[in-house]
Amino acid sequence: MTEIALAVENLSFAYGAKKALDAVSFKVQPGECTILLGPNGAGKSTLFSLITRLYDAREGRIELCRFDLKKQSLQALARLGVVFQQTTLDPDLSVTQNLRYHAALHGIGRKAADKRIQEELERLAMFERRGEKVRQLNGGHKRRVEIARALLHKPSLLLLDEPTVGLDMPSRQAIVSHVHDLVSQQNLAVLWATHLIDEIAADDSLIVLHKGQVKASGKLSEILQSTGWADPGQVFQKLTQGSQA
Amino acid sequence: MRLLHYWRATIGIVGRELLRFLHQRERFVSALVRPLVWLFVFAAGFRAALGIAIAPPYETYILYEVYITPGLLGMILLFNGMQSSLSMVYDREMGSMRMLMVCPLPRWFLLCSKLIAGTAVGVLQSYAFLGIAWLYDIQAPLMGYVWILPALVLAGMMLGALGLLLSSFIKQLENFAGVMNFVIFPLFFMSTALYPLWKIKESSEILHTLAQYNPFSQAVELIRFALYEQFNQQALLFTVAAFLLFMGAAILGYNPSKGMMVKKGGGGD
Repeated sequence: MTEIALAVENLSFAYGAKKALDAVSFKVQPGECTILLGPNGAGKSTLFSLITRLYDAREGRIELCRFDLKKQSLQALARLGVVFQQTTLDPDLSVTQNLRYHAALHGIGRKAADKRIQEELERLAMFERRGEKVRQLNGGHKRRVEIARALLHKPSLLLLDEPTVGLDMPSRQAIVSHVHDLVSQQNLAVLWATHLIDEIAADDSLIVLHKGQVKASGKLSEILQSTGWADPGQVFQKLTQGSQA
Repeated sequence: MRLLHYWRATIGIVGRELLRFLHQRERFVSALVRPLVWLFVFAAGFRAALGIAIAPPYETYILYEVYITPGLLGMILLFNGMQSSLSMVYDREMGSMRMLMVCPLPRWFLLCSKLIAGTAVGVLQSYAFLGIAWLYDIQAPLMGYVWILPALVLAGMMLGALGLLLSSFIKQLENFAGVMNFVIFPLFFMSTALYPLWKIKESSEILHTLAQYNPFSQAVELIRFALYEQFNQQALLFTVAAFLLFMGAAILGYNPSKGMMVKKGGGGD
């Protein structure tokens, strides 16, 4: 039986009378990069808030590595690494201090934490800058540190909420390439929310979210084959046509 | 193993708060300037106008500066508690609060750890203020500085819990300024921080009742008695009860199923 990193089943959520998600279902497998594509207001951030348990869903179910997020939230969250859209590092602390703080929240002791910090920062070519205050880093480097932080506790699923927004092209490419390397080399499952079509690789899986509903999901190649559309840009355009401001 | 995780997380959260405090020297200075202005300017000016009768825990006539000092300690803790919750609102807006909420620890535990961290900072500020007051010749018995520690911790926890509760209701930082005005000023001015209860009673019966049941008054009295090596049971019970009430409501407010955050939403897409 294939292990599932993330299973979302019939998930619905509303802010008062306003429905944000409507019976959303999908799965993310280990060793798979799944792109969550959707225009503004599609429900991506709400979906991320539910997967990270900022709120609980009243309808539907979320499982992380077969742990029910509502009933076994601590086990489930221990397997989750997150990079939010906004930078969440403390600008007044150094790179190492930020990472040690995260390690402590995950119960990792100082010695083990320092070892993991070195491993992850070296992989992202940031180890030399470990003593610098986050405030002194540029946007791309901050993102690298956030990715290193999200991987410190060796999660099974990495959530990325538009991590490349506001970055220049070389920084974006470096992050896209690094995440795809993690997927192929470490069998990591990745759910990547974006609206930037050029970040999608040919062998990625795709979920198109529009007005709180999943409009398409599966391997990009299969979606293109079944619909006859030329590229992910056309998939996005056709499925979300008329919604853009 | 689980206990070790909790311990490391607590140390991490408290350590981070103290590191931030050390790095933000202006925060330390501004936290001290406010009560010192009250002590050096306000209290000095009112010294002649206000006569303070002998009342427990004082055993003799005292200067107004002496009377107001526990109230100013309460002010430090009150502003610190509110500033902690201000940082929670800011953290939530900026996303770092979300980072904390995503870690595999119960929500109540994370809130308690944040509270302990904020209180630790408030207690350090209080002792710094007491040090300056000592140099200004406002001196309590030496053991009073030891007695006062648990009182400062409990008062800080109670006021911090109130801040946490408020932060669970506030979605955006802009809304916080209004709440500060509606919470801090009434709490402070309708209390025994500036005037004793009997003095307030002379001017208004209603104000007297409000001041008497104001949890901030009770926290100030707890501190006042402790500073003079005395124990005020009523103040202790009242402060503990207020702490439990505020903390319980704050935990409910941050509950992912029932909390205010669900109702207010936080979607950015």
